Amino acid sequence: MRNIFLFIRRYITFFTFLLLQVVALWFLFTYNRFHRARFLGFANEVTGRINSQYNQVEDYFTLKEENRRVHRLNDSLLNLLPRNYMHRDSSMKMIQDSVPYDTLGNYRRYFTRPATVVYSTVNAQKNYIQINRGSAQGIKDNMAVVGSDGSAVGVVVNVSSNFSQVMSLLHVQNSVSASLKRSGDFGTAEWDGKDPRFLLLRRIPKSVEVKKGDTVLTSSVSFNFPPGYMIGTIEDIQLDNTTGMYVLKLKTSANFNNLQQVHVIENIERDEQVKLFEETKKKIEQAKKSPR
Amino acid sequence: MSDFLRNILRLAFFILVQVYVLNKIPHLHRFITPYIYYLFILWLPFSVSRFWLLVIGFIAGVILDYFMMTPGLHAAACVLVAYARPFLIGILTPKDSSEFNYREPSPRAMQWTPYAVYVFVLTLLHHGYMVFLEWLDFGSFLGFFIKVIATTGISLLLIFTAELLFPRRLKFRTNTA
Repeated sequence: MRNIFLFIRRYITFFTFLLLQVVALWFLFTYNRFHRARFLGFANEVTGRINSQYNQVEDYFTLKEENRRVHRLNDSLLNLLPRNYMHRDSSMKMIQDSVPYDTLGNYRRYFTRPATVVYSTVNAQKNYIQINRGSAQGIKDNMAVVGSDGSAVGVVVNVSSNFSQVMSLLHVQNSVSASLKRSGDFGTAEWDGKDPRFLLLRRIPKSVEVKKGDTVLTSSVSFNFPPGYMIGTIEDIQLDNTTGMYVLKLKTSANFNNLQQVHVIENIERDEQVKLFEETKKKIEQAKKSPR
Repeated sequence: MSDFLRNILRLAFFILVQVYVLNKIPHLHRFITPYIYYLFILWLPFSVSRFWLLVIGFIAGVILDYFMMTPGLHAAACVLVAYARPFLIGILTPKDSSEFNYREPSPRAMQWTPYAVYVFVLTLLHHGYMVFLEWLDFGSFLGFFIKVIATTGISLLLIFTAELLFPRRLKFRTNTA
């Protein structure tokens, strides 16, 4: 026993080294597996406050361009919605007993909240964006985020009380359901981690006619994104002969280098959709096990 | 200014520069992200014990990780650098002088050539390990290799520019100190 203690005491530095390495690697790998880290919740608040201070300064340099973009979007929204159904007040919350139907009896499915980007990167393999709205303002996981010009930006993956973390489209684990505007065919938009200007669109069969410059939108079968928000335009067409599917290079319509203002879009019926999806899966699996 | 206060300020400064300048500048190329924050560990005084070196390295890495949203990645690399540091100093400094004349590693304390080797080896270790972890689940070997070389090159350039532009005024250590 005494020898064991002597041994440990002698190599205390090496053991500390091993211990700290294991702790660091544990952080790293649990984070990757679950796309989030519980322990980041608190740190999020602290770094978020420093980031928003910094951002107040940085905002001044991009104000002019941002104003022009916001104005353009507001303009197009006013054309789309003559009755200004959407509040633009940043302090708003959705209250359940507000009228969920419009005058034609259409049910509201998506709800938008504005937010400001306080930190973002494009250099890493796994890029995240931090925004200044959190659970206290009604942000939840899996909400879609679009830029101020209506182009898809990412999905919320982690929320603290006043800030949230968004997994950008420029994230190697990201995959968003997309569709071609011209033919309506569904594919998946992913990122290969190489160039932050380009995404990859996979799973479009080669029978579909594709041209350079075609627009790619978010698809109508996504649980997170509302349909019709622009992801990008086709830049390069390649055919993967082993699968018979295209690998299309997309130029992103969002400029990830200077994101400032974004909209967070909530799919109000997402929980119901996901629940139905899961239950169906379970039902079919069980039916397979016990043959009728 | 005490060593303790000076190093706290230095850590804050390096982290802020890393997060708000080096990670924000338009990237030269997808492989190249300059890193300088770990210079904090290279500049820690000689008198810090090996155990505390590891702990300080871990803390510095975790603080940067919180900003970069990559928990553990930089911490792991920093702990490795902190672990390798005493060995390198042992090899690169003359054996016969049992005491160091200066408080912390610098070109003046160690001579230029040993200091350059010291910085180069630790930089290569840091980037090699970090890029290895980052690309573990993703990426090709050639990409990994180019990225390590390119980031090491640009980081060395930054560090030596910093050394030449801002020579630290180090007190010569005497018996009274």
